[in-house]
Amino acid sequence: MIRFEPRPPASVSRMLGVSLAAALAALVLAAIPMLFAGLSVFEAYGLMVKGAFGSLFAFTEMLTRATPLILTGLAAAVAFRAKLWNIGAEGQLYVGALAAVAVGTGAIAAPAFVLIPLVVIAGALAGGLLMLGPTLLKTRLGVDEVVTTLLLNFIVLLFVQMMLEGPMQDPMGMGWPQSEPIVDEAALPKLLDRMRIHWGLVLALAASLGVYFLLKRTVWGFEIRAVGENAAAARHAGIPVTATFMRVGLLSGALAGIAGVGEVAGLKGYLTADLSPGFGYSGIVVAMLAGLSPIGVVFAALFIASIFVGADSMSRATGVSNYLADLIVAMALLCVLVSGLFLRFKVKFITAPSAREAGQ
Amino acid sequence: MIEIIEILLSANFWAAALRIATPLIFGVIGALICERAGVLNLGIEGIFTAGAMAGWMAVWLGAGLWGGVLVAAGAGALFGLIHAILTVPLGLSQHVSGIGVTLFATSLSYFIYRTALPDVSSPPRIDAFQPLDIPVLSELPFIGPALFQQTPLTFLALFLVLATAYVLYRTPLGLAIQAVGDNPAAVESQGLSVYAIRMGTVVAGSAIMALGGAFLTMSAFDAFFFGMVNGRGWICIALTVFASWRPGKALVGALLFGAFDAFQVRLQTEVGSFIPGQVFLMMPYILSIAALIVVARRADYPRALLVPYFRGQR
Amino acid sequence: MTDPIQAAETVLRLDGITKRFGDLTANCDVSLDLARGEILALLGENGAGKTTLMNILFGHYVADEGQVYIASPGTGLSELEAGSPHAALEAGIGMVHQHFTLAENLSALDNIVLGTENLSALTSARKPARQKLEDLIARSGLSVPLDARISQLSVGEKQRVEILKALYRDARVLVLDEPTAVLTPQESDTLFATLKKLADDGLAIIFISHKLAEVIASSHRVAVLRGGRKVADLPTADCDLRKLAELMVGHEIVETVRSKGSPGAPLLALNAVSAGEGRDALHEVDLTLNSGEILGIAGVSGNGQTMLARVISGLQVPASGTMTLAGNDETGANARKMIDEGLARIPEDRHHDGIVGAMSVSENLAIESIRKPQNQRFGLLRFSAMRETARRLIETYDIRCQGEDSPARLLSGGNIQKIVLARTLDPEPQVVLAAQPSRGLDVGATSDVHKRLLAARDRGAGVILISEDLDELMRLSDRIAVIHRGRLSAADPTEALDRGTLGLRMAGQSGEAA
Repeated sequence: MIRFEPRPPASVSRMLGVSLAAALAALVLAAIPMLFAGLSVFEAYGLMVKGAFGSLFAFTEMLTRATPLILTGLAAAVAFRAKLWNIGAEGQLYVGALAAVAVGTGAIAAPAFVLIPLVVIAGALAGGLLMLGPTLLKTRLGVDEVVTTLLLNFIVLLFVQMMLEGPMQDPMGMGWPQSEPIVDEAALPKLLDRMRIHWGLVLALAASLGVYFLLKRTVWGFEIRAVGENAAAARHAGIPVTATFMRVGLLSGALAGIAGVGEVAGLKGYLTADLSPGFGYSGIVVAMLAGLSPIGVVFAALFIASIFVGADSMSRATGVSNYLADLIVAMALLCVLVSGLFLRFKVKFITAPSAREAGQ
Repeated sequence: MIEIIEILLSANFWAAALRIATPLIFGVIGALICERAGVLNLGIEGIFTAGAMAGWMAVWLGAGLWGGVLVAAGAGALFGLIHAILTVPLGLSQHVSGIGVTLFATSLSYFIYRTALPDVSSPPRIDAFQPLDIPVLSELPFIGPALFQQTPLTFLALFLVLATAYVLYRTPLGLAIQAVGDNPAAVESQGLSVYAIRMGTVVAGSAIMALGGAFLTMSAFDAFFFGMVNGRGWICIALTVFASWRPGKALVGALLFGAFDAFQVRLQTEVGSFIPGQVFLMMPYILSIAALIVVARRADYPRALLVPYFRGQR
Repeated sequence: MTDPIQAAETVLRLDGITKRFGDLTANCDVSLDLARGEILALLGENGAGKTTLMNILFGHYVADEGQVYIASPGTGLSELEAGSPHAALEAGIGMVHQHFTLAENLSALDNIVLGTENLSALTSARKPARQKLEDLIARSGLSVPLDARISQLSVGEKQRVEILKALYRDARVLVLDEPTAVLTPQESDTLFATLKKLADDGLAIIFISHKLAEVIASSHRVAVLRGGRKVADLPTADCDLRKLAELMVGHEIVETVRSKGSPGAPLLALNAVSAGEGRDALHEVDLTLNSGEILGIAGVSGNGQTMLARVISGLQVPASGTMTLAGNDETGANARKMIDEGLARIPEDRHHDGIVGAMSVSENLAIESIRKPQNQRFGLLRFSAMRETARRLIETYDIRCQGEDSPARLLSGGNIQKIVLARTLDPEPQVVLAAQPSRGLDVGATSDVHKRLLAARDRGAGVILISEDLDELMRLSDRIAVIHRGRLSAADPTEALDRGTLGLRMAGQSGEAA
């Protein structure tokens, strides 16, 4: 039988260990579907590593893929810290992208140093406002935000499709459901020549530092932590719980919105309805893998991005479905959940019958 | 206006409503019994997908239609077991575990499907369930075509509503499930195992959810597509709240939902040229959110929902 | 009470029970015998290990050492399977927990029958169950509306359902954990009369208590636990209050003595306040608190105390009526504003509402004043100032912890309460609202709480003391009002009241209570 004994709060190194163990466990477990698909496991991993790190191009591709994941990971991390279950980063990403397109495709003529911030702010605002709805419903009416944010993802995607087939369709797009291209002044500059990596990465890294600072050093961050750990006690202590949820909702949605801006204004150059291959959902995995730490999110995003990029490359080489990447990511989430137990409890395996009680 | 009334009065319309409602009935019943036992199962969306894929693939491999239904239920039970282990004895966050199970079940289903069928341009088809033409009954005017020309899975769904209501309200097991979702200590103090009841309920509920997915590939359509579940699971979670965790109301909720969906599809053919199709496609999700808002104030959540139970601790 | 029953057959034996939780030894080599028809009081203060011992008996915990033996009819004592509530129930042990273990969404009948039927059965056999229960009710006098939902029952009725649960399973040993904690004095008397009758019919009863008077009045034998060890086991007839008190605490109890207060001007006033709905609602409550007094609020739990505390602390906006603090209208003020206006709140459930367990001691000490300039500048936290304050408060309030950075959840209940006291009382509030401030604390921590409240009063603060413990109320309060079904009686000077009068008012049997 297993017995759990609570343990004092985890040190940073132990938290790191848990995340690494979970990532490793997911990779080991991934061998099962690989074998099922008839792959040689070591060869497959070799291909994946090569695909994500094998060349400067591969590496920058990985970083490019990590950029939106850092932002959606931060969106989930900051919300989950307050126990605001924002599962709607996918939708917030799309409205962010939509807002970037609305502002950045020539509606406003301005130099880059004006237009780029404008595009980013528009995307952040759109994402934040989208999350404000479910947050208000939660605080005012007690409507579960998990379901509303999930459902909003579908609504937003349909809305985007509608816009791309209607008012926002590119007249030069030969009927394809895509937006007009972002003008040069609104595009996030590339970081390296001939590579796709762009300034969105810098933005994401800055956001991670900013969220870290906010949570650690400010009154608002203090209040977010207090509300998340024990909303009842926070309320008794006079902390404005509702306002805190609003701030968190806005911030979380804004971060996801910026992810959408980066994809449109930094990478693709125009908006299509398949802009995101589930960055919003992967962001949840990133946040959990990072133990909800804003700095950890960066590393978790790099890990998840290298799985995606590596698996894509391996898939091209072997013909095995790249759904393997999603599978590994999903398993990483389940693994990190389980290994989180080792943070909160000393887990003892005991054979004697006296191990019957499992209590905190 | 006349058109609207005509739509509402046609037997075809109600047949479609029931058909659309069927997967939701499975889903809501499954979600409802899990939540009655105190466990929110957000794995539902993935379990739908797994049920759809597993059931279809079993038939495609030659298992027979009912064999496929069993395989789907088994797949659902398996993913339910993962969620049950993570949330009941281990007491982990039901939200995150559920999302994890959804991601896992979905990606595993897609991966297996793609691995089994690496490059097919159009998805292979199976001989799906056909409507049961029940003699005499199906020839009744109006009711006949609406009710008695459905596939067997629809009847299974309706039967499950009755069975769930009976078990929940009339049997010792049902009382134990209700109690464990309200105050687990009450169950343990009477010598029953909280873990066993909760885990068993989650596994059973997940098996039922998976049938909703199976209906999609084996009754509504005859093939498996990526993204075919399309949020139906989440809609079921909303409908569960709307139904205040009662099987009868769950049926009514799912039927209302089906009717609305069938109505808007028909309306679309009338006014489709003026309003973009996506507006109609959005309606189910908007409706679900609206349903949540309507009942939010008086929603009477099972008291122990989301609260993990550890023995010897209160 | 009557003499201990001589030469009776032993139905239960605890033999050398030891239970450790980490470094803490909750029970150390405790042995206990119980005879048929005997009422044993298990006496000890909070934290003495009484509940742990009974949880081992009932299989919620497994003892590290020692065994439980139970007699089955006809045969002698045999060992009870450890760690199985199911086995304990089968062996005829029934337990009434302090926090009722009832499903609120089911009827009384369903709760009683739960678990007695085969889970794979397709029907529930209600008729014979009802018949048996009606017989039991008739014989024991434990009247309960069998078809009512538990959520609609009063506390006393719920307790009777719990006892019926045990009797329905033909329990031969009945354990009650602090059964009178939630009852009025009159209800307690009725309960003990019922227990006496059940014991005369052959039931063996253990009741856990820290109230000396009821132990002496209602038991045949007393076993005293202190610090996890059994320090005495003797016939009740050989005991008196003083002797038991010393046995329980280990030294003479010095009770906090209240000096006469000197009430000043009115501070806080509630005027015809109604709030909430359902059982815990308030109906047209009038209340005036003067400076320099302790106003006690007595009542059985669930009669509106929680709502009253919520209204005063700004967590609930009244539906009607007004509230003033020091002459200013505060109706509808939020918790932040009430704290800023000088209200200190000691919440009823200190673990749940008092501290944020994952945050550090110093953060918990600063949480109420986090927006004050001493803790922040331009929205940035001043950590060193927070730590400094924390170190001072840890010193002043004698908070036992591993430094100001250790997480608050690692602290004991008494020290958690000290954190709450320190951060609420240190700013010298005008009004102190203390809800069940000593619940679950041991004698030392309790007396500390009492001293702090009296000190606050003596420097001129008004204190509202909401408690279910009549002894505490009568010791500390200058005036006492009684709350029943959401209505608050007028407050009378403590000297003019006795337990009987208060008990009647708590049961709503007095015209003045309305």
